[in-house]
Amino acid sequence: MVTALSDTLAKARAEGRAALVGYLPAGFPTLAGGIDALTAMVDGGVDVVEVGLPYSDPMLDGPTIQDAVDVALRGGATPRDVLTTVEAVAATGTPTLVMSYYNPIDHIGPARFAADLAAAGGAGVILPDLPPEESGDWLAAADPLGLDSVFLVAPSSSDERIALTTSVCRGFVYAASLMGVTGVRGAVSGAARGLVARTRVATGLPVCVGLGVSTAEQATEVAGYADGVIVGSAFVRELLDAASPADGAAAVHALAGELAAGVRRGAGERAGTAQ
Amino acid sequence: MATLDQVTEAYAAARADPEFTGELSRLLRDYTGRPSPLTEATRFAEHAGGARVLLKREDLNHTGSHKINNVLGQALLTRRMGKKRVIAETGAGQHGVATATAAALMGLECVVYMGEEDTRRQALNVARMRLLGAEVVPVRTGSRTLKDAINEAFRDWVANVDTTHYLFGTVAGPAPFPAMVRDFHRVIGDEARAQVLERTGRLPDAVCACVGGGSNAIGIFTAFLDDADVALHGYEAAGDGVETGRHAATITGGTPGILHGSRSYLLQDEWGQTIESHSISAGLDYPGIGPEHAWLHDSGRATYEPVTDREAMEAFRLLCRTEGILPAIESAHALAGALRVGQVLGPEGVVLVNLSGRGDKDVDTAARWFGVVSDEEIVEAAEATVEAPPQESSGEGW
Repeated sequence: MVTALSDTLAKARAEGRAALVGYLPAGFPTLAGGIDALTAMVDGGVDVVEVGLPYSDPMLDGPTIQDAVDVALRGGATPRDVLTTVEAVAATGTPTLVMSYYNPIDHIGPARFAADLAAAGGAGVILPDLPPEESGDWLAAADPLGLDSVFLVAPSSSDERIALTTSVCRGFVYAASLMGVTGVRGAVSGAARGLVARTRVATGLPVCVGLGVSTAEQATEVAGYADGVIVGSAFVRELLDAASPADGAAAVHALAGELAAGVRRGAGERAGTAQ
Repeated sequence: MATLDQVTEAYAAARADPEFTGELSRLLRDYTGRPSPLTEATRFAEHAGGARVLLKREDLNHTGSHKINNVLGQALLTRRMGKKRVIAETGAGQHGVATATAAALMGLECVVYMGEEDTRRQALNVARMRLLGAEVVPVRTGSRTLKDAINEAFRDWVANVDTTHYLFGTVAGPAPFPAMVRDFHRVIGDEARAQVLERTGRLPDAVCACVGGGSNAIGIFTAFLDDADVALHGYEAAGDGVETGRHAATITGGTPGILHGSRSYLLQDEWGQTIESHSISAGLDYPGIGPEHAWLHDSGRATYEPVTDREAMEAFRLLCRTEGILPAIESAHALAGALRVGQVLGPEGVVLVNLSGRGDKDVDTAARWFGVVSDEEIVEAAEATVEAPPQESSGEGW
């Protein structure tokens, strides 16, 4: 099925480059401030947006994102605010996904959550902690509405596991570049390239790489072999360090611009590798 | 997750290997001190409707709680998987102390995650872990208690799976932990069942245990699951009372949800955000409960009831005064339940209570609760510091 997300990824591929995917949690630093930062991110050149659903137990996130999520939760952020944010960002025409741990979706109810997300113009969800074996209820709710569902593969995943995971993925496959939690790192793990290659054997879906990408140089490197480059903590860091929400949005805009240039430089490397 | 598959496979192979089971049995006998005794609490029983009250003395195990049963099993498994490092989470510190102990015994590096709030409540156990060579990491995220320590331990594990085993301490978490931890603790119930039969000539009418995550309770319940006439009672920490919202009574006051990789009952708000739990007992202060308890509750095989801080502390005092035993405050919840059950059963009844741990770690909490030391005495004790010997700069150092 052609969705807004797959269309965007296909266009980037047609340009011979990787797509840039940017993440921020909703409600951070405030509901309005978060929307401003995400739209600044889109203006800066991000192709796909991930809106994080702030959750009390973000087991797979590192300290930077957890700090941001704590700010959002203390500010009273709810899944309703996530949908408000999605609606505002999707209105820019950029495919907008929700990244959420599964318990809030389970608690609200997969059917209700999917319907509300689709009504808000959302493109789909990224589900970091839902095992593919347990994904039936969600997919039954999401598929008929045209929502994409992205699951994660990791360097430790066996080929069988990658096959199972990609069989339930829609839109793209999220390749976690390293064994660890979210956060900025000095270098992108060397395991990412091998993981992408193994994932391509299992599926024709685009493969996007996340965890640890924060600079234009890293984006260029990853764009040399992946269909998308996912950046989260580096954007969060800009907002955490900013003196004001306006400064933060400006910094997010600037970083998005650098990263967007980075994935385009990666196009040269891709051309050299017969993509 | 590939790592969970690895643990599942390693555990399945270990269970079937006589060398592994033999080594574990030897350790449980020669190191832990199993079988643990069964003590009849006759003076305590006078307050329990005259029913016979039999205490399964897990408090007499090495390290002072049931936790050592599971820890020795998983530490052996760690060695078998060729890993050199264990990490653990701990609330009251009992699981952390047991893990640090097993790590010292088997020469494994050990890191224990503990909520900052709990490191204050259980400073004695923090000291014990450090003396045993473990690194204790205070966790400052979220509610700074057990659930956040578990989050932090999972983060460490994800980053270090090649070298590290997450020595999970209760019957929650992702598969295979709920079943594996249960298996390592079922020795409690197997021994107790035989001991009660030998002592009384029949099975108990009721088995009482406290439940936080639920490891000691599953350990003793498992041996009686097929004995339909034996009632199984789990006692949850009701803190200030379930109606106040300040409690850790997950089944009584929670709803189905997913936390730490398993679906069970959970304290959560209208949006599925975890609600922080409250209990005087750090070991029961967890907003989730093992999935097998959820199943036992839903199927009606076991009943789960709340016990407030106040009721637990009254039972704590009663056991101290009538039997000369200081129980862990966790276990005092089960004792409070036994007092209720005994009233119903009367003099013909036999109640088996899992005394899951000893109260040394809780002396400070209990002393403050009952006001048995004055403020002046607390200040004097703090001031009476012992002068530390000079540190050797070249030594390993603590």
